[in-house]
Amino acid sequence: MSALPSDPVVSDTTATSDALRESAGRERREKLVRFLTDWQGVTGLLLVVIFFASAIFAPWIAPYDPNAMDIPARMSGPTWAHIAGTDQLGRDTFSRILHGGRVALYIAAIGVSASLSIGLVLGMIAGYGPRWLDNLLLLAFDAVRSFPAVILALATVALTGPSLTVVLAIVILTTIPSYGRVARTATLALRHTEFILAERSLGASTGRILFQHVMPNVIGPLLILAAMEVPVVVSIEAGLSFLGIGVLPPQASWGTILNEGYLVIRDAPWMVIAGGIPLILTTLGFTFLGEALRDIFDPRMGRGR
Amino acid sequence: MIPYLTKRLGLAAIVVMAVLLLLFSMLHMIPGNPAILALGTRATPEAIAEYTARMRLNEPVVTQFFHFLGNAVQGDLGQDVFSNRPVTAIIAERIGFSLALICTGMGWAVLLGVPLGCLAAVRPGSWLDRVTGIFSVGMIAIPSFLVSIWALLLFSLELRWLPAIGAGEPGDFADQLSHLVLPAFAIGLGWVGYLARMVRASMLEVLGEPYIRSARAFGLTPRRVVLGYALRVAILPTITLIGMGFGGLISSAVFAEIIFSRPGVGKMIFDAVSDRNFPIVQGGVLVATCFYILVVLISDLLIAWLDPRVRSSL
Repeated sequence: MSALPSDPVVSDTTATSDALRESAGRERREKLVRFLTDWQGVTGLLLVVIFFASAIFAPWIAPYDPNAMDIPARMSGPTWAHIAGTDQLGRDTFSRILHGGRVALYIAAIGVSASLSIGLVLGMIAGYGPRWLDNLLLLAFDAVRSFPAVILALATVALTGPSLTVVLAIVILTTIPSYGRVARTATLALRHTEFILAERSLGASTGRILFQHVMPNVIGPLLILAAMEVPVVVSIEAGLSFLGIGVLPPQASWGTILNEGYLVIRDAPWMVIAGGIPLILTTLGFTFLGEALRDIFDPRMGRGR
Repeated sequence: MIPYLTKRLGLAAIVVMAVLLLLFSMLHMIPGNPAILALGTRATPEAIAEYTARMRLNEPVVTQFFHFLGNAVQGDLGQDVFSNRPVTAIIAERIGFSLALICTGMGWAVLLGVPLGCLAAVRPGSWLDRVTGIFSVGMIAIPSFLVSIWALLLFSLELRWLPAIGAGEPGDFADQLSHLVLPAFAIGLGWVGYLARMVRASMLEVLGEPYIRSARAFGLTPRRVVLGYALRVAILPTITLIGMGFGGLISSAVFAEIIFSRPGVGKMIFDAVSDRNFPIVQGGVLVATCFYILVVLISDLLIAWLDPRVRSSL
């Protein structure tokens, strides 16, 4: 006895799509639960939230003006009035750290979004375009990576003089290849899939294919990579400012605080200690968060549990 | 192996050319007379005229580039603006300090990180695995220049165990070694964690392979299976990582040299930047990048030698 092909087709599809929607919802809930039970992920999220909040609200939280000098209280150790001590000019180190977070946030936000966008576009072009263009872009990525970041920064500053713009440019340039390579690999994998071929045979332009259809499928891993790149960017800024070739005094940045602290390391060691802690917490926060997200969304690249 | 070698060497040569082109164009991209940039603002008009003629600055840029290239290939990187000594001689004096630092830093990281990763992978979930996991993330999270500063503060200034600055008396090996400990510790610390994680991850993957099960079934000792069979494959991604990561290590070494006043190439470039001593900057950057390109090349060739699959992929 055979089943009648009356109209089960319609009801079947709705049933399937309902089931699909339900399973997608369940999957999302499962991912959320997995994230919330991962102590590293939650710690990371917490540290990242603190980083954003303290940077954004620094002018309201900071107990002192970061550039207000109080010469009689100069180089005093940690006290209740100055919980992280004061520097050579009597400026409150804790307030300077909070304001330094704004510089870090500024560099991280602009640096990461710019190199992500450029890397994404170049990577998609490399993965989708003709072979020679792919080879050329790969070569360009390799050439950029052949410069250790600090060496490149030193060479540039030798010509232009120190500035925040140079730091930003170095940060963007040196991090583009990581995004570019990931985007390229992901695009290569999509290139011959049926839905892209279908778009192509329907006459969609290359731009439309790349930005409407390839990009949504490529952007996920790039965003996770971006979370992992924030510590790199923040460390480059702090490092270059520490060398005195990035953010310039009197502007407070974690790097300039460390630079000023290094000069008086024998007499005021609290400056290099206090100046380093926010750097470590931020780095830890974004690393934990990025890894937790990667474990959930891309288990193949995971920590191998 | 030979076709792979040729292609890989060609690629490296192209990248070196790109670096040279970039270094050359740097001096020409900024406004101002390249002769004054190269000789410093104290140069006499005669010296500038002489330099202009010698470097053929009046000729087309393309000719100038090939001239620059020819000089660089012959080991002529120009003269120090202040002492007029050849840049190559100055680099030769200093490169030993940098190489010793980089090799020691990477060396202790490999000697500690790889075994840690193996042990953690053999007993996943054990206390050793968990401690290694937490420590490695912590070590990676601290930027190396901060490790340098804090190590200087703790071990030199507070505990007074080790000297803070310089590279030690020439000829006194023990003294030089004691000056090497802290900077090498500082640049290697992050790598211990990095390598431990990388080796653990690839080791876990390899230990699940059928050929490892067969090796176990043949009755080989666990030590033999892990060290003789699994590590050989699991180490491959790690070698690539070490090669690629050398760029970061060079950057760390620059910081360590500056913080510990170690007279290496990184400190040389840094001092030359503040003095606007361009020939030194150019030469130092060229040497540092070529060294990095060479390391990546060696690691790629090593991989190709160990893993036949790679040879056909390029």
